[in-house]
Amino acid sequence: MSGYSLSNLEMLETEAIHVMREVAAEFERPALLFSGGKDSICLLRLAEKAFRPAAIPFPLLNIDTGHNFPELIEYRDRRAGELGAKLIVRTVEEAIENGIAHPTPGEISRNRLQIPTLLAAIEEFEFDACIGGARRDEEKARAKERFFSHRDDFGQWDPKNQRPELWNLYNARVQPGENMRVFPLSNWTEMDVWEYIGREQIEIPNIYFSHQRDVVRRSGQWLAVNDIEPVKEGEEVKNLSVRVRTIGDIIVTGCIESPANTVDDIIAEISTARVTERGARADDKVSEAAMEDRKKEGYF
Amino acid sequence: MSIETEILRLSTAGSVDDGKSTLIGRLLHDSKSIFEDQWEALERSADLAGGTEVNLANLTDGLRAEREQGITIDVAYRYFATPKRKFIIADTPGHVQYTRNMVTGASTANVAMILIDARNGVVEQSKRHSFIASLLGIPHMIVCINKMDLVDYSEERYEEIRQQFMEFQPRLEVKDITFIPISALQGDNVVDSGENMPWYHGPTLLGHLEDVYIASDRNMKQFRLPVQYVVRPHTDEHHDFRGFAGQIAGGIVRPGDKIIALPSGNRSSVKSIHVLDNELQEAFCPQSVIIQLEDDIDISRGDVISDLNNIPHLAKDHEASICWMHSTPMQMGRKYRIKQSTNTSKAMIKQVIHKVNIETLENDTDATGLALNDIGRIAFKTSTPLVYDEYRNNRLTGSFILIDEATNNTVAAGMLREPKVEMPVPEFVDYAI
Repeated sequence: MSGYSLSNLEMLETEAIHVMREVAAEFERPALLFSGGKDSICLLRLAEKAFRPAAIPFPLLNIDTGHNFPELIEYRDRRAGELGAKLIVRTVEEAIENGIAHPTPGEISRNRLQIPTLLAAIEEFEFDACIGGARRDEEKARAKERFFSHRDDFGQWDPKNQRPELWNLYNARVQPGENMRVFPLSNWTEMDVWEYIGREQIEIPNIYFSHQRDVVRRSGQWLAVNDIEPVKEGEEVKNLSVRVRTIGDIIVTGCIESPANTVDDIIAEISTARVTERGARADDKVSEAAMEDRKKEGYF
Repeated sequence: MSIETEILRLSTAGSVDDGKSTLIGRLLHDSKSIFEDQWEALERSADLAGGTEVNLANLTDGLRAEREQGITIDVAYRYFATPKRKFIIADTPGHVQYTRNMVTGASTANVAMILIDARNGVVEQSKRHSFIASLLGIPHMIVCINKMDLVDYSEERYEEIRQQFMEFQPRLEVKDITFIPISALQGDNVVDSGENMPWYHGPTLLGHLEDVYIASDRNMKQFRLPVQYVVRPHTDEHHDFRGFAGQIAGGIVRPGDKIIALPSGNRSSVKSIHVLDNELQEAFCPQSVIIQLEDDIDISRGDVISDLNNIPHLAKDHEASICWMHSTPMQMGRKYRIKQSTNTSKAMIKQVIHKVNIETLENDTDATGLALNDIGRIAFKTSTPLVYDEYRNNRLTGSFILIDEATNNTVAAGMLREPKVEMPVPEFVDYAI
């Protein structure tokens, strides 16, 4: 790169920092959704870049399904501590106890139950904006998502009636009770996220790297053996060298067989991958419009 | 893909049947940017619909209503990369009623891709798309003459359409126009040349997208920093730190540069430039940085820190080209909220100078209002002075949106022109006592 031009990553970075600062300037009570996953790890680094040497001017919020990889929770708490950020955790478990979330009989996945839990947390803390790590390249319905995505007072997304977004001018106005979801990584791809983590040399949870794990084959994927959905009769447990490519609930997150030990290995692996990262998550396979339906309800 | 690749932003526009989505699908497919599970999903929906061929348009048209009606509703963003560049495609619908989406997609684009059906030649819609690309200041245009397979790959037909377009070209402000004959369905001249048009010696579409020179598209002459946020750590370590954070909207800045803050008119010079823990010796558009000044002058969000020797316009009365983007028409005399760079103010529309007849592209000077998808020129005033450059010189400082104060909807997008009346820049006041 010669002269005054920015590389792909530098361009994505300056755009995302601009978005972060718009949020801090235009909203009264924003929060940053931080799960410890790779996308929210990038968000946190961008927030540092936007505001240092001052503190990050908003708390971190995590909706905890209780069905987690323990490594992720450990990382989440440690990283928040290192940055001196305030971490707020609201659990699906509590939401069920308090009658906020209602599991249907036999429903094991807590993916759907994250929605009422998040909406309740937004109400509890009166958050007017939540910064999330969603990317447009993840899924078709997300390809039409805005950087500043307006949600009505029921937390719903109306894809046919979105505010137009031009240049770098974001309309951040909300009525009381309404909420904005803000996605600074909108234009990032999975590859960009990994290259950025590599460039910035950010520590990531070790389950992204190759490790030995007991796994079981379900719906065409290797799932980690866990207590929530124990191994059934007829299922064969194998101990394989695996890693996760994207992290959701432990009961739906497919592990891939991989020897990748470093971020560079992961980048090399992705550049030859033949399946999108969401292809490894059973929750999106339900129907072609699965993501659109969940987003309309208030999903991240 | 190396970390040093550049981003190119591409906006597409075409009529419903010009095969625009098919072309994007072709680019993604032939550049191997479609994954197996995406391909499987396409095959699955083709089976369900009873079709035999996979419909590449299903890759971009992700919303349920779009697949049902076979149309593109909104701007869809798609990503693909080659070893040379990363591409962001803003895929916008071509229907008349969706002008606003085309304007949206065009606002950030380096390159506009116009699709023309070789059987129909240049139609009104092609002119309209080109006009919008030109109005939004897109520096490069690619005219893809598509469906060449349906005109027997005729060179004569290609030349005929090129001529039709050239006759209309003087009305456009785009400097760089390239014509490419293609067949999106068959793949000719999209990624590979193919063997059907030996008479064409130019680049393929992807080849051109990889090579078009975009580094000079930004304004690198006049330093502008619209202040987004003031960073004051209040810690012992950074007790006196007072930094002005923002994305540089034009030019280059170095420590020692003399600056003026507008609209206040206060002068100072740059003390230091920061990103995280690093101090930079130089920063340029469009980097996001924090700047400290030598003097403790009053600056807040919405102010512009500018090169002292090259001052932007300062005015309260403005003229602008505007696209109305909401179903509620523009109302004269009503107050709108205006957002321009990082500044927010109130605006009142005084006059419609003309409305562009979108069919003929002629100016209707008798028009009295603008409604959804109308494009025109207006005169308006703001409650506080705006600091800006003409849009044609700087797309970042010269653009604005209007917001309805009652509903908070974004109702219009505008591009500022040179003001008729400038306000005097406040003189330097020396507070020496």
